[in-house]
Parts: sequence; C-alpha cells; structure tokens
Amino acid sequence: MRKLATTLKTALRALRRNPMRSALTTLGIIIGIAAVISMVQIGEGSSAAIKQTIENMGANTLIVFPGQAVSAGVSFGGGSAVTLTSQDAAAVARDCPSVLAAAPQVNGRMQLVRGSQNWVPQFIAGTSPAYFTIRDWPVVEGRAFNNSDVLGVNQVCDLGQTVVKELFPSGKPIGKTILVQNVPLKVIGVLAKKGANMMGMDQDDILVLPWTTLKFRISAKALQNQNQSTATASTTTTDQLYPETAQSLYPVPSTSEQTDTPQPVSFPNINSILVAVPSTSQIPQAIAEITALLRQRHHLQPGQPDDFNIRNMAEISSALGSTSRMMTNLLTGVALISLLVGGVGIMNIMLVSVTERTREIGLRMAVGAKPRDILSQFILEAIVLCLFGGALGILTGQALSSGVQHLLHWPIELSMPAMIASVAVSAAVGLIFGYYPAWKASRLDPIDALRYE
Amino acid sequence: MNLITVENIVKTYHLGSSDVQVLKGVSMAIQTGEMVALMGASGSGKTTLMNILGCLDRPTSGRYILDGEEISRMSANQRAIVRNTKIGFVFQNFNLLARTSALDNVLLPTTYAENGLSTKDQHKRAKALLDRVGLGDRMHHEPSQLSGGQQQRVAIARSLVNNPRLVLADEPTGNLDSHTSEDVLQSFEKLNREEGITILLVTHDPTVASHAQRIIHIRDGLIEVGAFAAPPATTAVGAGPAPDATTGKKR
Repeated sequence: MRKLATTLKTALRALRRNPMRSALTTLGIIIGIAAVISMVQIGEGSSAAIKQTIENMGANTLIVFPGQAVSAGVSFGGGSAVTLTSQDAAAVARDCPSVLAAAPQVNGRMQLVRGSQNWVPQFIAGTSPAYFTIRDWPVVEGRAFNNSDVLGVNQVCDLGQTVVKELFPSGKPIGKTILVQNVPLKVIGVLAKKGANMMGMDQDDILVLPWTTLKFRISAKALQNQNQSTATASTTTTDQLYPETAQSLYPVPSTSEQTDTPQPVSFPNINSILVAVPSTSQIPQAIAEITALLRQRHHLQPGQPDDFNIRNMAEISSALGSTSRMMTNLLTGVALISLLVGGVGIMNIMLVSVTERTREIGLRMAVGAKPRDILSQFILEAIVLCLFGGALGILTGQALSSGVQHLLHWPIELSMPAMIASVAVSAAVGLIFGYYPAWKASRLDPIDALRYE
Repeated sequence: MNLITVENIVKTYHLGSSDVQVLKGVSMAIQTGEMVALMGASGSGKTTLMNILGCLDRPTSGRYILDGEEISRMSANQRAIVRNTKIGFVFQNFNLLARTSALDNVLLPTTYAENGLSTKDQHKRAKALLDRVGLGDRMHHEPSQLSGGQQQRVAIARSLVNNPRLVLADEPTGNLDSHTSEDVLQSFEKLNREEGITILLVTHDPTVASHAQRIIHIRDGLIEVGAFAAPPATTAVGAGPAPDATTGKKR
C-alpha cells in the first residue's frame, strides 16, 4: 500500500515536471470523453425527440372502426356497419386503464364557402376536444373548441393552415364566419402546421368542429326534409339539447301514416373512435381492453365475431423501433472511435515520453528501481492522465450538451451510466495504451539508458 | 577486510557472429575505506569493469563478491536491491531530474528502498547530507538554478542517502572546470576520510586519479598495475603502484 502511494507520488511528480506535455496528453482524453458524454447525452436526447415525433405521427394511436355490414351475403366493406356511438368513445376513455384519451370522429366531405371563395377540404372532422390532445395538435391562433361547444352544438370550428390559405387569402380568419351546407360556422382557432401524413395527404387541409355540430346541424340538415323523427330516436344528453326538435313546420303525421311511410332514422352513430395510448409498448394491452369493453357494450355473445375493428400504426411503430436502435448503434460507434483516438494519443505521447526520459529511467534503475517499479510508474502515469482527463472530459461534455440544450432546445437526458462508464473506460484506456510504453521502459538496459543521448 | 573481491572476471560481447572479449580475466580487490581510482584509455574495458562493479552488468565468467555477497549469480531484481542499498552512483553528467528540487533529487533512491525508514527520517537525512556538501541553503533549488559543481554535489548527496558501502563515481569531474573539479574531489576525499566510505573514481585524467590512495590501471581488458592494495606497512598516501600487483596472465 505504501509502495503504491510512493509510486503514485513519483508518477504525479513526473507528470508535474512536464506540465505542457501532460496537458496535451490529457487533451486527447478530455476530447474523447467529452465527445462520448455529449454524444451519448445529445444522442439520447435527440433519440427521445425522434421517438416523440414519431409517436406524434400516430405510433401511439389506435383507431376503432365499425365492422362490416352484410346484407344478403353482400358485404358493404369495413366500417359500413352502424355500431359505434359517442358513448362508446366516452366509455373507452373512462374504463380502459391503458388508454390516455379517446375521441369520437364523424367524417364528412363538403364544400366550404367564405364570400367569393370556396373550397372542399380533404378532411372534415367532427370530434371532441380530446382530438387535439390525441393528435398532439396545438392551436396557434385563437382557441380550440371545448366540451361546452360540443354539448351546446355550437356553430364553431378550427381550421387547418391550408383551409385558411384557400378561404382567407388575406389572413385573419378568427371571428369570421364560413358556410358549410349553408350552415354558418364561426372560426375560433387556427391549427399549427403539420404537413403531409405518411400517405402523402395534406393534414393541414382540415376543418375540425364539434361532432354534434357536424352530426346534427350539418349532416342532419341534409336529411331534414325527409326525417323529422330524429329527435325521438335520440337519447343522449346532447340530443336533448338539440334545438331542431322544436321545429315543426309540417303537420305531425298520424300513427297510421307513420307506419305506412317509415322514415329513415338518423342513428347517432360515429364513424370511428380515435384512441391515444401512453406509449407504443402499451398498445397490445390497450387493444385487449378496448375489445373486451366494446364486446360487452355491444352485447356480443362469446363466439360471435367483433362488430368493430381496431387498427394500429404497426408500420410507424416498427420504424420507431429501428430508428432508436440505429441511433444507439451509431452513437456507440462514434463514442468508441473517439475513445480509441484518445487512447492512441496517450500511447503516442507516452512512447515519446519514454524515449525522452530514457536517461531518467536509467538513473532510476541505477539507484535501485526494479523493472516492475518502472512499469508500474509509467502505467500509473498513464492512468492518472486518463482519469484526470476523464474528469475534465465529463465536465466539458456536460457543458457541451447543456450548451446544445440551450442553443438548439434539444431535450438532453443526463446519463449517469455514460459518466460512470467513461471514467471506467478512461482508466482502462490508460491501462491498455499505457502498458506498451511502460513495458518498453521497464525493458531498458540501465547501462544503455544511462548513456542515452 | 576486502569490500570488493574480483576473481578472474571475463566479459564477452557477442557482436553478430564474432565474439569480442572485453575483459580477459580480471582479478582485483578493494578494501573497506579505500579511495581508489580506476584509470584506462577508452576501449580498455574500464567502463565494462565499472558496470560490473556497479552491479549494472554481469560477468560472463568469474566471481565478483561485494560486501560478502556474490553478485555474479544474482538476478536483475536482486542486483537492483544491491545497487539501492550498497552502492551510490555519481555520474559525469550529474543525471539529476530536471524541474525537481535538490531535496527531491537526493530523496530519489529512497523511493525504491525497503529499509523501513519513515519519510520524515529520510527527509532529515537528505537535508543533513545536503548540509554536509554545503548546499543546505539551496535545498529547494532546481538543477537549472545550480552551477555544475553544485549539481555534482547534489548528486554526491544523492549517492549517499541510502548509506551505501561503496560510492562509484564515473568521471565525476568530466563536465566541470578545474576549479570546481578540485572542490568536488575534495568532497570525496572528505567523505572518505571522515566517514570511511569506500570510493571508486573511474577516470582517464591523472590529476583526478592523483587524489586517490591507489590507482588501478586497466589496458586491453587486463589490469596492468594496482590490482591489490599494498601491504599495510608500506601504505602511503598517493599513487603507489605495488610491484606485485599484476594479474595472472592467461593463455
């Protein structure tokens, strides 16, 4: 123990004797470790950012569609059955523990009119405020509609950027009114730009409004002339608020008249339910919970097929997985190379140092140093340099990554394992790359070493 | 009593396919407390003999006994211990560690000593030695701040720090002017006279050699004169080549 302490003291003294060389040697390790630390931290941060972005693209969302309707053996295709209701959406959000949020969706494709401009958006989504959370879609101007807008069947809407561009060439859409099937809607918010989706469809070409408004004020209006019995079919609270029940421009048909001429019924169904799951790993669990819940709500007997389909974004999920794997591999590679460079730097300078200090080694041997003493002194010098460099490197790397965090606003994840590993690695680098020069020094013949010029 | 006994030492170097015999059967002895000069022209085998006497090298054949221990069969590690405990080295070019204080330079051999002396005692001894060579006030100076003579005196203090039986000085004045040479040689004489330390001066300079009590001349790998001390009755200070001090001629 005392021997180690003396050797350590000797090594430190030898390093202090040539501070410039020691500093330059350390620099290689400082840069190496700093690179590893900042790479790992920035990398983990950006990996998390990428993961989040991909999840925002919909990797952590599920869509529940109704099943197919079959009439006399003729299928009407997936989603043609009328089985999902807004109560289903509310129940999914309420009763499934693995579900973050659920929003009903009612779709439409209609013409929008604003003054002399008109436009048919790609998407018209009648939904609930949860939609903005699930799609992680902030409103940049004005506000998003809220639950009281849904319950009040208010004639409000939020527009995507493309729709704003088409209908309001001069900008400033907030507070203006647009017409959809002659129903006026007040624009209360503008959504952030989102760009095209994976299928190449412009996601900003969208009109978002309370689903009740779309269902009962706009779509229902088209049916109104034929159907006045909608109200009697409605049982929801929102249906009770439905104001059109008051309209009675036509004489009420007698019971016999009604049985003779049955009217099409507007069932308060929805086209799909959009579901958000906290993370992609919980998707299978969420699917199982939703399936069980909906089967129960739809009174399906065991053995009866589901009357709905649940779809997830398997393609995006696998892209997410391979992306984070690739990031990890890339970063490990970069980190290893920079450490290797640092280690070779140490070896190089230690070799130079051995040559330069040949006389010193000869002298030490002449006054009684055994080859083992010389070996341990030089290895210890290398390790001390590496540990010192490692410590400084961690600080530098930390500074670098917080600099990046401040400048680029990347999320940085403090990585304790990376720090511990880099200290261990720097000591190991010192040992491995310091061994050869130290061994070379210990093999010197004291007679030759003393006479070395 | 003999501190050094050398019997019939041969040293052969293998240079490629040919063997070069540098020492051809050297026998000599140095008594405890003697101050001896080893003289010889370059190529005479003087350096090789000095390396063997300093336990830096091993003879090809023959026996070397230092202070009762047979060195010729020792391993490198054992010889390192002998160098550390029994021999002090003084070199022509001082060989002090640069950017290291005189005190730390003197303490260098103690790093490798296993005599169980505490750090405090070692410091005390090193300071006393620096005082004795007249550098008590320059303990914390670095070699670059010292003159050549002062540097060599630091080296002398260093050679003594582990209490050696033998001080081996290889051309100790080779890098000094004549005035400082005289100073350094007088330090050696003082050490020899007052402490009874055995000193072997290796030199080619007769002026330096004249400070020794006895001069050993080596030539072509054989000792020409002065291999053994004169009988006590006729011991005289100065160079006194004994008439019988010739080596046995082989072949």
